[in-house]
Amino acid sequence: MIAVLAFHALIAVLAATFGPRLGRRVLLLGAAAPAATAAWLIASRLDSSADTIEEVSWIPALGLDLDFRLDGLATLMAGLIGGIGVLVFVYAWRYFDEREGLGRFTGYLVAFAGAMFGLVTADNLLALFIFWELTSVTSYLLIGFDDESAAARAGALQALLVTGAGGLAMLGGIVLLGQAAGTYSLAALLADPPTTAPAAAGLGLVLVGAFTKSAQFPFHFWLPGAMSAATPVSAFLHSATMVKAGIYLIARLAPVYAPLVGWWRPAVVTVGLVTMLVGGWRALGQHDLKLLLAQGTVSQLGFIVVLVGFGSPELTFAGMAMILAHAIFKAALFMFAGIVDHQAHTRDIRRLSGLGTAMPVVAGAAVVATASMAGIPPLLGFVSKESALEALVHQPGWWVVTAGVVVGSALTTAYGVRFLWGAFARKPADSIRNPVGPEVRPPSPGFLTPPLLLVAVTVVAGWAPRLVDGLVGRAATSVEPAAASYHLALWHGWNLPLALSAVALVGGYVLWRWPIDGLRRLTAAAPDAARVYTSTVAGINRLADRVTAVMQSGSLPVYLGVILTVAVVGPGVVLVRHWTMPSDVVLAESSVQIVTAVVVIAAAIGTIVAQRRLGAVLFLGAVGYGVAVLFVIQGAPDLALTQLLVETLALALFILVLRLLPTHFEIVQSRIRRFARVGIAAGVGLMAGAFSLWAASPTRGTSVADEYIARALSEGGGGNVTNVILTDFRALDTLGEITVLAVVAMGAMALIRARRPDEPDQSAFDESGAPLAHEGDPAP
Amino acid sequence: MIKRSFVLDVLLDLVVRTALVFSVFLLFSGHNAPGGGFIAGLVAGITIVLRFVAGGRESVDEIVPFRPEALLGVGLSIAVLTGLLGWVWGEAFLESAKFEIEVPVLGVVKTTSALPFDIGVFIVVVGVAAAMLSALGREEPEE
Repeated sequence: MIAVLAFHALIAVLAATFGPRLGRRVLLLGAAAPAATAAWLIASRLDSSADTIEEVSWIPALGLDLDFRLDGLATLMAGLIGGIGVLVFVYAWRYFDEREGLGRFTGYLVAFAGAMFGLVTADNLLALFIFWELTSVTSYLLIGFDDESAAARAGALQALLVTGAGGLAMLGGIVLLGQAAGTYSLAALLADPPTTAPAAAGLGLVLVGAFTKSAQFPFHFWLPGAMSAATPVSAFLHSATMVKAGIYLIARLAPVYAPLVGWWRPAVVTVGLVTMLVGGWRALGQHDLKLLLAQGTVSQLGFIVVLVGFGSPELTFAGMAMILAHAIFKAALFMFAGIVDHQAHTRDIRRLSGLGTAMPVVAGAAVVATASMAGIPPLLGFVSKESALEALVHQPGWWVVTAGVVVGSALTTAYGVRFLWGAFARKPADSIRNPVGPEVRPPSPGFLTPPLLLVAVTVVAGWAPRLVDGLVGRAATSVEPAAASYHLALWHGWNLPLALSAVALVGGYVLWRWPIDGLRRLTAAAPDAARVYTSTVAGINRLADRVTAVMQSGSLPVYLGVILTVAVVGPGVVLVRHWTMPSDVVLAESSVQIVTAVVVIAAAIGTIVAQRRLGAVLFLGAVGYGVAVLFVIQGAPDLALTQLLVETLALALFILVLRLLPTHFEIVQSRIRRFARVGIAAGVGLMAGAFSLWAASPTRGTSVADEYIARALSEGGGGNVTNVILTDFRALDTLGEITVLAVVAMGAMALIRARRPDEPDQSAFDESGAPLAHEGDPAP
Repeated sequence: MIKRSFVLDVLLDLVVRTALVFSVFLLFSGHNAPGGGFIAGLVAGITIVLRFVAGGRESVDEIVPFRPEALLGVGLSIAVLTGLLGWVWGEAFLESAKFEIEVPVLGVVKTTSALPFDIGVFIVVVGVAAAMLSALGREEPEE
């Protein structure tokens, strides 16, 4: 699995590097990555049906290890990533015209596929979180790929903020769960699930993360906003894979936690059901084919959350079937919407008319895909929906849920019909403004093949469910062993689920025909989650402005005063509370120390009383050199050398800066300010002195020094303990420090060079701080 | 433009070259004797400042023909890559390894993977000094 991830990284870099030379063909290079996933998956499944496990230690002290496990559910998800991934890349190769940046785009898309693969195979929760966030980041880059469009930027930012906030909640939840369980391994956690109050709270936070990722109510609005992405991205990320990440996590947790935690079932099922209904209802009001599909995806994701979130073996099994079926038909439908958009240059159903005669193959295949979505036999969508309905009627106490799902399915049928009618039907001429229709040219075969293949899968797997039964069954049993007895079947007999399917189909058609515009206007008045988001972001921006205005006054003395005051008060309080007078203080060991100390003190006084800046700097240097002498006397050559060199370099740089400043200090007139400065300075001095005294006192317990000295030569391979500490024992600290140094140096250069007039604002927010509007806003 | 004095130039050349060699010596001897990447980097940095004070920016370009950003980036990359090597050997990130290499003339040389890490530190510190000079050392109109 690590090899697959490394291969993704390699292809992403290659694609970004050679993009300009390859042009559109770079997308075919990108297809190699998901193809490798698929090939590896097949190879490892042929090899053995047992779980494949790979473990690499990363930061064992934090419980962060790169452990990967390929089980049934991971196989299903990785199969979708690999299989649909290849088709999406081939499709994108035909979708894009020659344009700049395709290499970058391919790089992002490959990186996303890799992150998604890591997400579904990671066994360590922290590693899973990292991949989770990587998918959010790559999704952001992909949605905002068209970075000259304000709508794309706003949509990308919205998706990032919503899923990123959810990701943070999830991180908190993971830490709570991991600490309660004593392990960050997902398998170990689920084998021995903690149910203490912190663990339950952690579970809730993880659920919030899963809901945001899978666009569940009330976080669903980012998914329509993400539709400003190119269609291949929507087909891959926002229907088949990334939005399934939350569902994936819920599916793993639900069989274990649904029976254990009382609120799990009501909470998850309610959220899923509300999402299913809200999404379906909103889809009915869309005029943009992609937005219609996006709202439909929200609805279907809600449905799957109900199934996998319930946590019963039969529903889990049905949920796995729905994950597979939905990924296939929805990716195909997005690709068809992209073809319409590409050929007709619009996807507004108020302009499209008679496209069905122009591209009959597309229309026919889209009908099949939609039929699968609506649950018409003999398609995979029907098979999976039938198993879902059957499982639901077996939960007698939950008939409300069954009823809700049937209503949701009716809505699905209705917006499915609306999609087909909107894209392909011939409409009355008086209802259409600048129509686009029969004159549109059909797509090239390469463009059409990927979605046709998906449609073929949905037909074949519908006819012969046995073909995918193993895949779905293993996915279900990997999270819930009791699901092994369930199988997919095309024909369940004349029973209640079949009747419910029929009700949903007929109801859906009626819903589509019914004049429901009045009702829609009524629901449009309801508060909209997207509006809540907009005002929240605007509020945060205004607050940030105000905080910045107070905190960032622009006065260096104020900054320094704040920093020093905090440095005195924070540790100072602790110091005073734990103060014990060190008993055996040695004032001085030799007369040289006393002389040096006197010189240092005199130089320090000189620094304060100096009238000229240059004089003060020189006195300050003298203080530093004096301290270096003290180090020498104590027998710390490395420390002394460093102190000397830093002092010299600082002095030289100081003098360079002084060229730009007035030669004399300005006199502070205000008495209050003078007293404040004196007070802060005295406080810092007292604190630093007292702290040194306290810390150096030998009663403070054993010091790490002895251990370091003992281990330096044997483990670090060096005789200079200071250097071994820097480069070995505490090498991570050193790495952090040189990173800070480098950042500061770059910052200083950038600040001084940036003396150009302000450039136009590139912000994605307007003046009030609200995010700029984008086409993803639901327009009821 | 600073007027460069010939005598000073020759003298400084001597000092600067010696100091740079000395800094490299400190870098390599650092694991067993006083020195190390940070100290060596400071020595080199001070040398650069010395060269700058006497000869202006061009003279610095003569001895450090790289942009500060490049130094910072290369140094950090070396340090991080050394850390990643620990992974390759199946150990933790930044876990150091010891080597004994037989070099002709010098005989057996003992070293550890801390050395390339220290080289990274060295380059970053030199880069910081160069960056500060480039930021603060612009010749102001008053001159």
